[in-house]
Amino acid sequence: MPTKQSLTQKNIRLSERAIEKILLLAGISSVVLIGLIFIFLFKEAVFFFQTASPFDLIGKWVYDEWASKNIFNMMWQAVSKIPKYSLVPLICGSFLVAFPATLISAVIGIGCAIYLSEIASNKTRETLKPTLELLAGIPSVVLGFFMLAVVATVVQNLLGTKFRLNAFVGSLGTALCVLPIIITISEDALRAVPKELRDASYALGATKWQTIFGTVLPAAISGISAAVILGFGRALGETMIVVMATGNAALITLNIFSSVRTMTANIAAELGAVAQGSEHYYALFVVGSVLFAFTFILNIFSEIILSGMRRKLRM
Amino acid sequence: MTPSSSVSYPLQNLSVKPFNLLEACLEVLVRLFILIPFFSLLYIMTKIFQLGFPTLSWEFLTQPPVDGMTHGGIFPCIFGTLSITILMILMALPLGVAAAIYLTEYAGQGPFFRIIRAAVNNLAGVPSIIFGLFGVGFFILFMGRNIDGVLKSGLLFGQPCMLWAAATLAVLVLPVIIVSTEEALNAVPQSHRAASLALGATKWQTIRDVVLPQARGGILTGAILAISRGAGETAPILFTGCAYFLPRLPVVNLFGVIPMINPLDQFMELSYHIFIMATQSTDAAKTLPIQYATTLVLITLTFLLNLTAIVFRIYFRKKLGQVSI
Amino acid sequence: MDEQNNVEMLEERVSPSLKKIVKEKEPLVTHQTDLLPKINVQNLNVYYHTTQALKQIEIQIKPQRVTALIGPSGCGKSTFLRTLNRMNDTISGARAEGTVMIDGVNIFAPNINVVALRRLVGMVFQKSNPFPKSIFDNVAYGLRVHGIKDSNNLQERVEESLIKSALWEEVKDRLHESAMALSGGQQQRLCIARALAVNPEIVLMDEPASALDPISTAKIEELIHVLKRDYTIVIVTHNMQQAARVSDWTAYFYMGSLVEYGETKKIFTAPDKKETEDYITGRFG
Repeated sequence: MPTKQSLTQKNIRLSERAIEKILLLAGISSVVLIGLIFIFLFKEAVFFFQTASPFDLIGKWVYDEWASKNIFNMMWQAVSKIPKYSLVPLICGSFLVAFPATLISAVIGIGCAIYLSEIASNKTRETLKPTLELLAGIPSVVLGFFMLAVVATVVQNLLGTKFRLNAFVGSLGTALCVLPIIITISEDALRAVPKELRDASYALGATKWQTIFGTVLPAAISGISAAVILGFGRALGETMIVVMATGNAALITLNIFSSVRTMTANIAAELGAVAQGSEHYYALFVVGSVLFAFTFILNIFSEIILSGMRRKLRM
Repeated sequence: MTPSSSVSYPLQNLSVKPFNLLEACLEVLVRLFILIPFFSLLYIMTKIFQLGFPTLSWEFLTQPPVDGMTHGGIFPCIFGTLSITILMILMALPLGVAAAIYLTEYAGQGPFFRIIRAAVNNLAGVPSIIFGLFGVGFFILFMGRNIDGVLKSGLLFGQPCMLWAAATLAVLVLPVIIVSTEEALNAVPQSHRAASLALGATKWQTIRDVVLPQARGGILTGAILAISRGAGETAPILFTGCAYFLPRLPVVNLFGVIPMINPLDQFMELSYHIFIMATQSTDAAKTLPIQYATTLVLITLTFLLNLTAIVFRIYFRKKLGQVSI
Repeated sequence: MDEQNNVEMLEERVSPSLKKIVKEKEPLVTHQTDLLPKINVQNLNVYYHTTQALKQIEIQIKPQRVTALIGPSGCGKSTFLRTLNRMNDTISGARAEGTVMIDGVNIFAPNINVVALRRLVGMVFQKSNPFPKSIFDNVAYGLRVHGIKDSNNLQERVEESLIKSALWEEVKDRLHESAMALSGGQQQRLCIARALAVNPEIVLMDEPASALDPISTAKIEELIHVLKRDYTIVIVTHNMQQAARVSDWTAYFYMGSLVEYGETKKIFTAPDKKETEDYITGRFG
């Protein structure tokens, strides 16, 4: 009798353990996938250095027939007699789009978060938040197309820019894409500030905005900065909007109304047309690796800030 | 001279506050800010509806493109989008739900949990084009070529096709499913688990019979959000299986009779169609009406999916007795 | 003629800081009552949405005395306390009727400047709630909010408040370290210092020692004893002994009503009402 019982129990325990193992495998899938992305991106990127030197990623001395001398050339010109793989114009382009986009969406987004958490009534907030989700749900290709087909013309007519498609149009679209992220995370951070702190401030005779600036924002600053960092990462990684709306000219410029080419757009525009295993193919994986490294660091950074904030609040 | 002593004053009477210009300006400013996302959404939707609706017709939805894609419909794109999202969710949903169960029920709160958490959040922030590169490097060249090598099937798996495009998208939407499933599982009261365990049920029995049934709504919401996300993504499938134009649907007859989606074929897709028509076609201006109409179809699809997910979530949360959104 | 004089005399006796509460147009003194009570509450009803939290409260709180509010949880004593500096304004759905006169001024009058009122009526909360800033910045917060920017002045008043709250000796060498590093008792005294820094006349305390250990509690009680020379103190407490130890006057609340109010000595030895006696002797709640 006891043996029989222990036997069935053992069976249950075995299947329980098997299920736990299966779930564990699924659980670590995200870690494995991040690892695989790392490996397969960098693996291909490494091959680039078999035929080219790391220095090529900055620039190359090229003989210029017009000036009849060697000129240090920082260009991305993969299809050419002397292919040039400088990342400088691409990084420059990426930042020229991502930086203004983050700036725009941070200013508006933090304002919106303040409104939602400190001013709006519960009812207003609960109607507005789904709207934000619907905005976040617009596919980036639609935003890109909209920028290309509608907004670019409006901007050109309004500001009289030389290029119809430029970094500014791209950053407007990217800002729309980043805005919901910044609003949501900032609002969470603001709402996590304990009511007691607000009470203490009001009890000292502070007004609403004195309380917001003196107490609520400083207490939520880590969460808000994490939101902005995360938003910047998203802006750097945004692909479809920039490939459609920035004009794709790989120039080194600080002029926001100039056409630029970002790292993401460069991959999207060229990978379809290269032979697998060529130097150009590997160079695109180098671009991808650099981009991935940038966003990975930004993501980890904001994750550390946010998890620190969560721990502090649990205390 | 003496005001009556029992007049009622609402405590939140604004006129009581001294008027402060700066504060008033700030309040107006943030009220204007909140209108920006709202009106952007409205503007985009109405503009696309306005410009796309005239071209929309039954034929447009059911016919293939003709004359070098300058006329005709977009049926192959709709078919491709539906097929790839079905394949994607079949791969991502079981994995994501299982991962979420592990995270909430088994992993505890230690450093291991935090590493997985960080990985999920990080995966959600990987640029979509990186998934495209990963799809080429891992799924097509590594998995596909190796499967071909083992099966001696020539070049069947080792090339861009719907299977690998769907797999790439599945990786992309995995965090969406994990996060919403986790949230649904956490919403199940701890006391229900305790009650089940106290009756002698094992952990897995408890999860299967008590926790998962209550979390069904949340999981469904996550799945819909994932489908919507996957249907709208373009960058990951650019190089993993999308075709500019295909004269046939990616369909194969199983045993020669039963038609089914062919996961080893290439496919046309709505978002890719928009991209390619707007940027790569020979005469982009001529096909502008088609581009608007295709965008209208795609945005309607994702909008309705997201709306459904939001309504579901509100409904299921009410059922669970929670108030906030 | 006589009446005119009387009003002027009353105006003189009203503290200057209170005058700022009221805009010039309205007569400062609305009631020619005996000025003895610092706070005179008449016919006060408070509602949260449709539920009535306080019913027909009538109470006169004496200046420079400690008044303890006692009663079981949910009896309305905290709500009453939060009415006195209109903190209930921050809760949506809260509504008050009746009059609360502070030095003869109805704080529900439409021309009241709530910000000035809260400066005059300080508050210390149940859970110590220092801002996540330095010790100095915590105490200086209220001063800065009220427009004091001069650093010498700030320094002086921060020191003064910390001395008053008996915290100076413990923190004078680390004023610029985070307030979160202080112990629970120190944090609560910091919150008292923060409230005192803006020079209130009345200090409201909502169970200020309920989360503290006995030693810290004793320090707070000692502090209350000292502070009542300069301030009118209203304290909510769950602890009968504490009420008996620190207060001069005691009010017993039950189900939103004021059951009995009198000198602490009397309430704790010979209460008029049976309910009060039951509660104090522990036969109830």
